[in-house]
Amino acid sequence: MAKAKVYVTLKPTLLDAQGRVVQTALENLGYTNVRGVRIGKYIEVELEGEGSDIESQVDEMCRRLLANPVIEDYRFEVSE
Amino acid sequence: MKFGVVVFPGSNCDQDAYYAVRDILREPVEYIWHQDKDLKGAECVIIPGGFSYGDYLRTGAVARFSPVMEAVQKHAENGGYVIGICNGFQILCEAHMLPGALVANDCLKFVCSYVNLLPVNVDTPWTNLCEQGRVLRIPIAHQGGNYVCAPDVLEKLESEGRVILRYCSADGDVTKEANPNGSINNIAGIINEEGNVAGMMPHPERAVEECLGSTDGLLILKSVVEWAKSRQR
Repeated sequence: MAKAKVYVTLKPTLLDAQGRVVQTALENLGYTNVRGVRIGKYIEVELEGEGSDIESQVDEMCRRLLANPVIEDYRFEVSE
Repeated sequence: MKFGVVVFPGSNCDQDAYYAVRDILREPVEYIWHQDKDLKGAECVIIPGGFSYGDYLRTGAVARFSPVMEAVQKHAENGGYVIGICNGFQILCEAHMLPGALVANDCLKFVCSYVNLLPVNVDTPWTNLCEQGRVLRIPIAHQGGNYVCAPDVLEKLESEGRVILRYCSADGDVTKEANPNGSINNIAGIINEEGNVAGMMPHPERAVEECLGSTDGLLILKSVVEWAKSRQR
């Protein structure tokens, strides 16, 4: 059984509404040196199989469903 | 013209759309469940607003893969009419039936209010009863209506007259102040290359009777009926 850890983030050029609110909250807590907060998604996928097949399969999952390439970037790592 | 209103788990404007078509437009209409694989003979499919599949993952991301969407896609490829309203617009973008995507409003709030809309291209199936320059009042209710797309896509949309509605002031000026969500070029609605597929964030089905505050939404819904009729003549 392999596990894929997928990270999906909004493209840097797009406003991250949640991130902006959290940044303000951190500043309100006194962390005056905070210069940016971006919030993304972390997705764990457990799947049967191994090797490069898994890698290409996860990549396809990201492109088709887990991320929207128009507005998001993704990266992932697979551990056996 | 026979209409079909697609119902996903979490759709909540389906009954408004059904009512607007049946009781106001007086055209035949049927609900189409998201598990259905045929469109019951609908010539115009409405993908209504709401929170399909709880907006899980991304708005519209899961709805896009439901069985009915395959039929909707085929319908559109054969020239059938499809309009996505609000969440429906998000779903059509996720399904790549329309370009671009809708992200969180730049004001960071859910905005529920009447807006002014400028019909930009009145030679489309969805706007042919609108008058150039005559501002429409139709409500919006969304948190993720901020339209974004790549620069080359935007250039194509604009040059091909595929932006059909823009947020504007009461006088029809397209200004930053009149933009409720940060959409690029104040875009409120677009069409595909052929024009038979439209997406818009405002809710025409909520502006169909005087008692609702406006009847301008009817112009959108009636336009497609008229357009199809004129093609049959």
